[in-house]
Amino acid sequence: MARFITLRLVHAAGIVFLVATLTFFLVHLSPGDPFTTSSQGTLIPAEVVEQQRRNFGMDQPVYVQYLRYLGNIVRGDFGYSFREHRPAAQAIAERVPNTLLLAATALVITFGVGVLVGALQAAKEGSPLDDALSLLTLTLYSMPVFWLGVMLLLLFGVQLGWLPVGGVIDEAVHPFLSPLGRLTDRLAHLVLPALTLGLMGAAATARFQRAEMLEVIGQDFVRTARAKGLTPRGVFLRHALRNALLPAVTLFGLSFPLLLSGSVLVETVFAWPGMGKLAVDAIHGRDYAVVTAVAIIAAVMVVLGNLLADLLYRVVDPRTRSAR
Amino acid sequence: MSGTLHRLLRQRRARVAMALVALLCLAAALAPWLVPYEPTAQLDLVRGQYLAPSAEHPFGTDFYSRDLLSRVLYGARISLAIAVLSVVLSVTIGTAVGLTAGLAGGVVDAVLMRAIDAALAVPRVFLLLVVLVLWENVGVVGLIAILGLTSWFDASRIVRAEVLSLKTREFVVAARALGLGPPRLALRHLLPNLAAPIIVTATLGIGQIILTEAALSYLGLGVSPPTPSWGSIIAEGQQALAVAPWVAAFPGVAIVVTVVGFSLLGDGLRDAIDPRAR
Repeated sequence: MARFITLRLVHAAGIVFLVATLTFFLVHLSPGDPFTTSSQGTLIPAEVVEQQRRNFGMDQPVYVQYLRYLGNIVRGDFGYSFREHRPAAQAIAERVPNTLLLAATALVITFGVGVLVGALQAAKEGSPLDDALSLLTLTLYSMPVFWLGVMLLLLFGVQLGWLPVGGVIDEAVHPFLSPLGRLTDRLAHLVLPALTLGLMGAAATARFQRAEMLEVIGQDFVRTARAKGLTPRGVFLRHALRNALLPAVTLFGLSFPLLLSGSVLVETVFAWPGMGKLAVDAIHGRDYAVVTAVAIIAAVMVVLGNLLADLLYRVVDPRTRSAR
Repeated sequence: MSGTLHRLLRQRRARVAMALVALLCLAAALAPWLVPYEPTAQLDLVRGQYLAPSAEHPFGTDFYSRDLLSRVLYGARISLAIAVLSVVLSVTIGTAVGLTAGLAGGVVDAVLMRAIDAALAVPRVFLLLVVLVLWENVGVVGLIAILGLTSWFDASRIVRAEVLSLKTREFVVAARALGLGPPRLALRHLLPNLAAPIIVTATLGIGQIILTEAALSYLGLGVSPPTPSWGSIIAEGQQALAVAPWVAAFPGVAIVVTVVGFSLLGDGLRDAIDPRAR
């Protein structure tokens, strides 16, 4: 086990290193640098621009800059955000908890709803219910996540007025609420963004889970269980569902990139102050320290998610333990 | 090939999908003749703002009193053109890289595959954000290039896997034994056998690219106004959700129908090409 974890960690570190390298060369291949401006270029004396370039080490050869960049990343320094006037890492760290809260809630919906719907469909294979749910999951799966958000916002926020239309808290009244009131306020703000992101993933999970269940149901040990005289319910829950849940663990690893990409859009729809919204705002302000840092951090999260899924898989499926 | 077409037409879902896709392509191609108004024409800024859907404006009008049906139809033209061209680019690169990795093997294969692992580790939206912050105002051609250049990873993996399995087949082994060099082997013997998986990947890819392009345009980073794009119309519509919900609703429906169409067609093609894979 220790050997396996070490190997996987080395692999994960390698991928993060490659991502950082890719980002560095993307930045260097692009035209201009932070001190090249098109509109105000004439206002700043050339000596000042030169001085700034020297201050930020931009007069050094590319390989020196590259090594320094890698060294900085290892130390958690992702450059300076010219828009926020503070280190990019600081600006991001502030937003990460919001994104994690949103993603974690969405993850629960993704797997809770997804596995349930997929199992239900498999149990009623070929029925009108199965067909209707298949159509629903296909539609959700083909839907832009931001549009789903806007439509939920329209229905529950604007038309029915049941839920707030954006943000994490109601800035105006939040400080004056009781502790319980504050919690309700937070939860009310979380419902729509988490539901949007969660339903998106649930559609994919349900499609996958349905196929997986049908495959397991067709196998010999399920037929044996039936032949032994177990109730259909017992066979379904104890034999089919348990085995069909295994691959869902793989899906857990795969859902990380989907959740993070989705969060960029969902955070924008609901003005949710997370990492994704920060990156989008940073683009409009040409703040590329923040954008590249967010990309690298997102990659680290994805790699860690995959690592976690791999480990989880070995825990739940003893057969994979002997294999390398 | 006629057998494949026959099997494709025998599936009810695939027939529906083909009809949908054909209708969409037709609508996109004929948009200039179909639209009741110019998509960027501001018809009546005083009395024509946010008109609800009616016989005159089936999809209603937007903030600038522009006819929404015309904008959504022109949006189909833009979105489909961008998607098809990006997919052609991405599939071409993916095939070239997959063939190279699969045929060369060894170090070349290992380096290419690790690089692809790294690229896939960055969720695509973030990769696109990095590229878009560095190259501003890319325009439609730039957008196609960026979408194509960031979406070939899956295609190259699929092609590589196919190449690895084809390499063990007798006809390839025989061709190699006869002394055929890699370029000829790739073009004459491998490529024709790769056509099927490539076509399926491309069809499914179109739906994905349409979603990505819509997302970028929604974020204000894709097609720039006043050119109508489904994503940017939804963003405009969100500003007036309480007054004119139809502005955000119709382009979204158009996206869903298009993506469902291409997904079903892709699935149908896969089943038709390889009947055992069901």
